[in-house]
Amino acid sequence: MLKAKHKTGLVFFPAFDWAIDPTHPEREERLLYTQDQVVEEGLLDIEGLVEFKPELVTTADVERVHFCLPDPQAVMTESHFISAGGAATIGRAVMEGAVNKGFALVRPPGHHAMRVVHGARGFCNVNIEAIMIELLRQAYNVDRVAIVDTDCHHGDGTQDIYWHDPDTLFISIHQDGRTLYPGSGFPNELGGPNAIGTTLNIPLPPHTSEEGFLYAIEHAVLPILEDFKPQLIINSAGQDNHFSDPITNMNFTAHGYAELTRMLNADIAVLEGGYAIEGALPYVNLGIILAMAGMDYSHVQEPSYDPDRLRQSASVTTTIAKICQLVRAYWDQRGAIAREVRAKPGCHERSRQIFYDTDGIHETQDETLALCEDCGGALRIDSRSDRGRRLLAVHIPRKACPRCESKAREWFEQADTKQFNLVALQDRTTDTYTVRSG
Amino acid sequence: MIVGLDVGGTHADVVLLGNAGVMNEVKVPTDPDDLFQTVLSALDQITADIDPHRIERMVMSTTLTTNAIIQRKLPAVGMIVAGGPGINPELYRTNEHYACIGGSIDHRGREVKPIEAAEVAAVREKFKAAGIRNVGVVTKFSTRNPAQELAIARHLEGAFDKIFLGHRISGNLSFPRRIVTTHLNAAVYPIHRQFFKAVQKTLLQKGWEVPIRILKADGGNTSFEASIDYPAQTIFSGPAASVMGSIAFGPENGEALVMDIGGTTTDMAVLINQVPLLDPLGVELGGHKTLIRALKTHSIGIGGDSAVRFEDGRLQVGPHRDGPALAHGGPTPTPTDALVIMGKTHRGDRDRAVQGFGTLAAAMGVSVESAAAEVFEHTCRLILAEADDMIARINRQPVYTVHEMQAGDKVAPTTILVLGGPAPLFAEKLESLSSCKVGVVPRWAVANAIGAALARTTCEVVLYADTEQQVAFAPEEDFQQTVERSFERQDARRMALDLLEGKAIERGANAEHLEMEITEDLEFNMVRGFATTGKNVRIRAQVKPGLIHDYDPVAGRLM
Ligand SMILES: [Zn+2]
Ligand SMILES: [Zn+2]
Repeated sequence: MLKAKHKTGLVFFPAFDWAIDPTHPEREERLLYTQDQVVEEGLLDIEGLVEFKPELVTTADVERVHFCLPDPQAVMTESHFISAGGAATIGRAVMEGAVNKGFALVRPPGHHAMRVVHGARGFCNVNIEAIMIELLRQAYNVDRVAIVDTDCHHGDGTQDIYWHDPDTLFISIHQDGRTLYPGSGFPNELGGPNAIGTTLNIPLPPHTSEEGFLYAIEHAVLPILEDFKPQLIINSAGQDNHFSDPITNMNFTAHGYAELTRMLNADIAVLEGGYAIEGALPYVNLGIILAMAGMDYSHVQEPSYDPDRLRQSASVTTTIAKICQLVRAYWDQRGAIAREVRAKPGCHERSRQIFYDTDGIHETQDETLALCEDCGGALRIDSRSDRGRRLLAVHIPRKACPRCESKAREWFEQADTKQFNLVALQDRTTDTYTVRSG
Repeated sequence: MIVGLDVGGTHADVVLLGNAGVMNEVKVPTDPDDLFQTVLSALDQITADIDPHRIERMVMSTTLTTNAIIQRKLPAVGMIVAGGPGINPELYRTNEHYACIGGSIDHRGREVKPIEAAEVAAVREKFKAAGIRNVGVVTKFSTRNPAQELAIARHLEGAFDKIFLGHRISGNLSFPRRIVTTHLNAAVYPIHRQFFKAVQKTLLQKGWEVPIRILKADGGNTSFEASIDYPAQTIFSGPAASVMGSIAFGPENGEALVMDIGGTTTDMAVLINQVPLLDPLGVELGGHKTLIRALKTHSIGIGGDSAVRFEDGRLQVGPHRDGPALAHGGPTPTPTDALVIMGKTHRGDRDRAVQGFGTLAAAMGVSVESAAAEVFEHTCRLILAEADDMIARINRQPVYTVHEMQAGDKVAPTTILVLGGPAPLFAEKLESLSSCKVGVVPRWAVANAIGAALARTTCEVVLYADTEQQVAFAPEEDFQQTVERSFERQDARRMALDLLEGKAIERGANAEHLEMEITEDLEFNMVRGFATTGKNVRIRAQVKPGLIHDYDPVAGRLM
């Protein structure tokens, strides 16, 4: 009988009755053929591959990460509670040693959801990886976590949530933001002044093939992970780099995804995007599962695979080598860059416009950070949407120093509730979420 | 009148049922080396004074095919397998003559790589040279499109006795299970056929022209004629017989756990509103994971004759059986001896039991009487803990829709039904240790044979429609039809029920009392670009497992 080398957990939640709308890429049919392939291959009969039923996350789990307007129920459907719950189930199974690693094959995805949530962006409402990570930190005392986002789109939501967190390394590999939604994720986006270098972006040129992806993993991601020494590696396993994906322009393959999975050796993978539901997803997911389980994936090949058509041009190869070199340099010099950034006046403040493409909402944020040598720093966000909602969000980081903690409390207590629909304090030191309303 | 016969590992139980209830019951010892003689002797005894013309049918459950599989006494067959991309099909090798060939079909049933005639011909010649008579053919996704299995079969025509095609054996996905199931069908085919032909012939010689039905693992029966082509369905029917013998006594609205306590094992199953719960995948037998439709059962190595030891300060019951109980001349203390010592039963030699319990009691540091009480209670607790585990596993089964997650239906039995040899002796203790009401199934010692006799004819139809490709298809039924683009879920449901009705009647069901139901009902819009290009529909319909209509009152009279 077949046996997995690494005991691997799977949560499969295809949400066969949930769609953003009937013809949206994020629709009922998305994982149908993947499920057919997984069942036909008999993966769940393999000894050492264990399927778990997803749990539901609670609003407290969501409010550990997000500020939702007006509240989590309003911006989430049942399906979001289950998909975040699926990731959480896998996370727990790994932490408790029930499995060595795990893959949450769930939808809807989450990596475009930022800390403040007015609605859906890039098909995402809440960040399912972040909800899982903070739950694991709370329940199992995990400290250092690395997230490697291999979705074709920049994981701007995850980047936003961990922008100021020096204990979470976020590396996103994606199609160059000048050519694809959400238009961000450039190498000079390195994290906030208290956490320079724990955000890293590797934008790849359109038409990058297996060769280019695996080069970036080998020459940029793996050495940096080696330095950072995370206790947990999470892979945001988007599958839209596939050559047949309808909304992107890359040339990655099912075999390449399996190879990447083997090299990265993540503890937990969470499905993100991927919309070539017939020609790619069934084979990519098969490859990822076999690779995680330490099994032979050499026979996994999509029907339309044609190596000649997918060969990478020399200019793409050169560009990728340069970007990887640049990112490595940023990482190696992160201390010096941090000193430089923090010397700039006003570095603790930023103002941004955020567009929720899925729901058509415009948000304006003014963010203030307590510069700190000892912790991630107290964070205050004044957020207004064109729907007329205004929020004051105050965040106390998990390992906050006393100064930052009292600074945050002061912001929270002194806020003029008449000016805001919601004043909320997310205190990670006590794991509480407190609200004052106007 | 109906004859129900259940041949088990140690006994064959046979009953004669009439309108007034059980008219006669007989137990004969099983001769594992001559099941044929066992069956004949049981039938001879039960019908000794009966006019054969009054018997409407005989329903049999035997360990014939199960034993052949477990003891690995299967005749050589040939397997031809085409996998295409995915896990290497060589890793699913079932037997010596197992050939992997090229060819592949994708998840929507589209041909990706054709079958090469020359490659099939080469395998055919090799199998012929090896003296192979029966062949199984399985291709990946043949339940989405059987064309390649059919193509391979055409190239084999005339060269073998019988060819088994994967898509005809189950409409479910799972390429490895389809390989295993097809192989088992091909392998047990000659054994099953020869055995029942012999039974039929002997009965005819006695002037009995009685239809023979065979019990299946899903708790339903099928006509002998229909079982010939699908003999693997009849494996593992023993546990199903007991469950069917219990269902009349489960709550009409509620859940019950059935426990068949035997000598070596205790088999458990679940009834929901008097309908047995089915396994979503299929029987697992002797390490073989199959697509054979079956009741969800859980078997544990704890029974009346389980060996009891005291090791490292802990009592151990089972999973082995060293022989009969001490009280019946056996070598090791058993739970049955505990019952004898406690005076709960007066069958057997109590002195022998007491003597044999001496060492055990000494090790435990208590009197023989206390040791017996402890052994018995421990045995009951172990059985109940296993039952809890089984229920927890059922409730942990994943679901794939938001709706099912929200509904969150959980199985929570309030009743335990016990049957099997020592059933009444266990019932009281089990009730005192659990929160369930515990009842003993009437006629507990032959309830299995009654269950076999009263089981309905069951079957299932799986229908798959893809309106973009304009096809509706029921793999097991050899049914394929072109459909309009407007074809939808309702049409598919009707089509599946029509097919099911025909199939059930052909296999022996009573056309006037068919209880059919839809058990899977999924429809997906297929969207390419921003336009809906078709519908993907998956329907599953079954005859609900249960008791035959005309004998419902009989079950009532068994109380
Ligand atoms: Zn994406
Ligand atoms: Zn601080």
